[in-house]
Order: sequence, then structure tokens, then C-alpha cells
Amino acid sequence: MKKTFKLSMMAAMTAATLGYGSVASADIMIATAGPMTGQYASFGAQMKAGAEQAVKDINAAGGVLGQKLVLEVGDDACDPKQAVAVANQMVNKGVVFMAGHFCSGSSIPASKVYEEEGIVMISPASTNPKLTEEGGENVFRVCGRDDQQGDVAGKFLKATYGDKQIAFVHDKTAYGKGLADATLATYQAAGGKEAMYEAITAGEKDYTALVSKMKQSNVGVMYLGGYHTEGGLIVRQMREQGMDTVLVSGDALVTNEYWSITGAAGEGTLMTFSPDPRKNPVAAPLVEKFRGMGIEPEGYVLYTYGAIQAWAQAATAAGSTDTAKVIKGLKAGKFETVLGNFGFDAKGDVTAPGYVLYKWTNGNYDYL
Amino acid sequence: MEYFIQQLINGVTLGSIYGLIAIGYTMVYGIIGMINFAHGDIFMIGAFISLITFLVLGIIGITWIPLALLIVLLVSMIIASIYGWTVERLAYRPLRGSFRLAPLISAIGMSIFLQNYVQLLQGARVRPMQPVISGGFTFLEGSAFSITVSYLQIVIVLLTIILMTAFALIISRTSLGRAQRGCEQDRTMSALLGINVDRTISLTFVMGAALAAVAGMLFVLYYGVIDFYIGFLAGVKAFTAAVLGGIGSLPGAMLGGLLIGLIETYWSAYFSIEYKDVAAFAILVLVLIFRPTGLLGKPEIEKV
Repeated sequence: MKKTFKLSMMAAMTAATLGYGSVASADIMIATAGPMTGQYASFGAQMKAGAEQAVKDINAAGGVLGQKLVLEVGDDACDPKQAVAVANQMVNKGVVFMAGHFCSGSSIPASKVYEEEGIVMISPASTNPKLTEEGGENVFRVCGRDDQQGDVAGKFLKATYGDKQIAFVHDKTAYGKGLADATLATYQAAGGKEAMYEAITAGEKDYTALVSKMKQSNVGVMYLGGYHTEGGLIVRQMREQGMDTVLVSGDALVTNEYWSITGAAGEGTLMTFSPDPRKNPVAAPLVEKFRGMGIEPEGYVLYTYGAIQAWAQAATAAGSTDTAKVIKGLKAGKFETVLGNFGFDAKGDVTAPGYVLYKWTNGNYDYL
Repeated sequence: MEYFIQQLINGVTLGSIYGLIAIGYTMVYGIIGMINFAHGDIFMIGAFISLITFLVLGIIGITWIPLALLIVLLVSMIIASIYGWTVERLAYRPLRGSFRLAPLISAIGMSIFLQNYVQLLQGARVRPMQPVISGGFTFLEGSAFSITVSYLQIVIVLLTIILMTAFALIISRTSLGRAQRGCEQDRTMSALLGINVDRTISLTFVMGAALAAVAGMLFVLYYGVIDFYIGFLAGVKAFTAAVLGGIGSLPGAMLGGLLIGLIETYWSAYFSIEYKDVAAFAILVLVLIFRPTGLLGKPEIEKV
């Protein structure tokens, strides 16, 4: 018994030394994590595409501090519990930077793990204000916040659909509820009165009861705090019941999968999202490169790319991948990325412009 | 009133799909006294096969809808039946006669296996399909609230009633049904009387899987979006329906499915959508307190 114990200890120690040695010798481990599986997997694919390309391009240009970057991809399936497990896995792998996660509900608990372990985190997509408000020094994001997004959406709803009945629906996730509440607060502050406030369960397929309920209340506009799968199904079921209600939602609709669910029913859907980085002249060569590979750099592809660029520039400027130095660099610096030039404020929020409205027409989204 | 009727239509459609899946649970329970936890995943596989068959038919150019539907129905029923038979062969038959919990665990294992198998083969993303049958009837057009019934909703309810009746007749009138009822009462005695028990149980699994495949096809047609995880949610709801109606009873499964569908819909309609599952499960608890065998279940009499 004793002998076995000794042997296994030795084996473990050897493994640990070897593992440490191979990472320290040449490469810097960075990671991205998001819903690589599950119903939001199209966003995970966006992040993975952006991160892989960023690592490839940075390595081709000589890496960071003369070392090559190695990318780890984690799958949290947008599940808070799995996000913490992925975060711990990344810690064990010796990752120094996380370009993730996607869902706010995953990013918030995972950020606590990264904070304890001293890992820099830049989320390309999590918009819930709590992430940076309550997060540690190590937490940044390159996307906007739901209080900004809700502000734009709430004012837009009041100004454009002031005479219509508006229903507010959320999917009970950190992102969905946060966004719907922020939008509702702005809408009410502007003097609006909601016709309905309801919560749905993500992952279900039957929303006919909700649709009939909105029909009964004569709802002309529905604001959804939620993701594209639910939004798509609700729109489909609204059209089947002969309603022409407009769906207005947030940045979780920025995937072509939305259109593949709705088909023509998605025509005229509105959403808020940051200004499209694809239209940024700086990003033009990269966008071409992605399209050449058959990947449309929609949604969060370029955001993930930009997050890694910002970290790489901060690390280069700091001359080290040491967490404290990189954090200082991120807070002090200005970064030239595919998202344009931006910096971070004291909380870790990006200083880039906020939100604009988009409209879905014929399978594509563009500024309203 | 119009609103009430519209929600009734929504609820009956949803309930029919639950009921169709619930029949599979209840039949297997009736024969071998075991919950087939892989049933929800057979339903999911049925849905995927239907989707793939629709796409293939589209490619080879069979677009006449009645013919396409018939082909899809047959293909998905046959392939899902093979899956159902395999599940029984792998997860139940080797464990027959071992202690009671063993096949239950192996069925859960089978369920996890099937989910991951489809996830690996088909990817983890949602698979959408554009409507094949669209349109329907609109009543009271021009009034404050017009009632809509889509053709699909009618198809779903009719098909459910037809299948339900057909399977009830098979069980009460045919020799296979007699064998199934025999196995339900006493497996050893049935074997002594010359009934091939293994074959009867296999056929029961095949019938359950075929029904699940029909439900899968209707699900794809009606909602148009499927993923590898739909079997779990639908399975839980259908299992609840089977228990509510009285597990082991065919009309009970149908009644339970309809009730769960209607409770969910009406609770959403008049109270909060957020708590519709709470309402459905609260009613289940209440029913089980007063009728532990469910609404139409036969009380088990222990002979001493």
C-alpha cells in the first residue's frame, strides 16, 4: 500500500514537472471559452473562428514577446456550472489569458475563478453590467453593457412605437433578464407603460400560449431579452397565428442561424448591437481573409479577434505576461485592433461607441 | 371566449404530442414494469430521421406533400423501430431477471449514449427546417380576436387519435395484444403457455419506438427546430403525463398528455408563463396524493 502511494506520488510529481517544463520553455497558453455545444453553439463557433485566426496572425507576426501563442478552446455550453469547471481546467493548463466567455451567466461565475488565480479575462460578448461592476481587477470586455444597450433600445421603443402595445419578455438568464429589465426601465422612465412582462424558459419549443396571450393584449411590438433560438421560434409562431408583431431584441440575435430558423418570418426583426466591425476600414483585409476561408465574420468573430489583439498589445507593451503588469497595461493603453482604436476604463469596460439598431432583411442584418 | 378557444387549440396540440410520446412509456411499463428512459431519445432520433428524410426527398425532387409525408412517416418509423429494438436487445434483455434497478440504470446509460451519439453525428447546433405544410383556417376574421387553426394542428390531433385507437385495438383485440397482456400479468406463466416472451417484449419496444418516431416527425413539422437535447425535455413531460394518467394505461397516457398540455397552456394564458411548470407538477403531486396509481391506473392488489 505504502509503496503504491510512493510510486503514484513520484509519477504525479514527474508529470507536474514535465508539464510545467513544456509550457514554460517556449509557448504562452491563452484560451477562449463559450458555448461550443448546445443550442447557442453558433456563437461558440464565432468565438473559436475569431480566436484561431487571431492566434495564427499574431504567431505569423512573431508572437508575443518572442514566444508563440497556443490556443485552448473550452466548452461551457452557456451553463454556469460548466463554466466554472472549464475555468478550473484552464487554470490547470496554465493559461494566462482568457478571451471569453460568451454568456453573461457563464462569464460572471468563471470570472471569480480567474480573479483568484490571477488570470486576465477579456469577454468579447458578455454584456451584463455585473460582470465588470462586481468583477475583479482582472475582468475586461470589448463589447458594450446592457445598461447602454437597454438605454438605446428603451428610448428607441418609446420614440418609434410610442403608440403601440409593447410586451417585455425575458428568458430568465443573467443576460436576458438583465437586458429586458434595463430596456424596460428606460422605456418606463421615458413615460412608457408596458402591456405585458413575462418570462419564458429557454430551450423549450412551444411558445404558442405566449403568442396567443400577446395577440389578446393586442401587442404590436415584442421586446425579447434572450437568444436567437427562442426569438426565432416565437417569431415563427407569431406569424403562424397571423400576427405581424415586430420583434425587437438585443445582441444575441447576431448570427445567421437566426434567419435559418425564422426564414421569411424574420423579415423586419430589429436588434441592437455595437457598430458592425465588418464595416471598419481597418478590418477590411481580415474580413476578406475570413470570407476567403468560407467563414462570414459576423457577430462576435471580430470581437474575439480584437480581444486577443488588445491583450497581446498590452502584454507586449508591458514586456511581460505577468497578470498585474498586463492589467496595468490594459487600463493605461490604447489599442489598435480590428474593432478600431479603444482603451478600457477603470472598471474594465471598453471605451468604444455603444449601440445602434439593426434590421434583419432577406437573411442579412444591417443598420436600420 | 375567442381567446379561451385559441388557447384550447394550442393546449390540445401540445398535449397530443406529449400523449403520443407518453404512450411509449406506458406500454413498456405495462409489459415489463420498467420505465424506458431512452424513450425520449428515440423520439429525438425519430425527429432527426424525419428531418434528414425531408431534406433528401427535397434533393431528389419528391415535393408532392402527401407522398413526401407518407415516405417520411414510414422511413422514420422503420428506422426508429430498429433503434427501439436495439435498445431492448442491449439494455434490457441481458439484464432480464437481475435485480430491479439494473435495467433502469442501463436505460439511463442508453439515453445518455443516444444523446451524445446524435450530438457527434449531427453536431450540437440546432437544426432548423422551413415549414412544409403552412396555412390553416381563420375564424372570426376582422373581429377583435381571430382564431387560427393551422392544418398541421389538425393533422397532429387527428393522427394522435387514430394511432391511439389503433394501438388500443391491437392490445385489446389481437393475439399479439393478448400475449402482451399475458406478459404483463405473469411472465413465467405466459412462457409456460407457449408465448414467446422475449419476442413480445421486443415487439412492444418496437411499437413504442414507432409511436415516438411519429411524434418526432410531427414535432419537426410543427416547431421546425430540433436539437440533440429535445428528447430530454419532451421525455420528462411525457413521462409526467404517463404517471398522471396512470402508468400502464393507454387511454391514461393520452389523458395525461392532454391534461399537462392544457394546464401549461391555460396557466400561461391566465397567470404567469414563468410558473407554468410549477402548475403542471403541482397538479401531478395533488393527483398522486389522492390517486397514487394516477387518474386511470388500476390499483395494484397484493394477494397475500
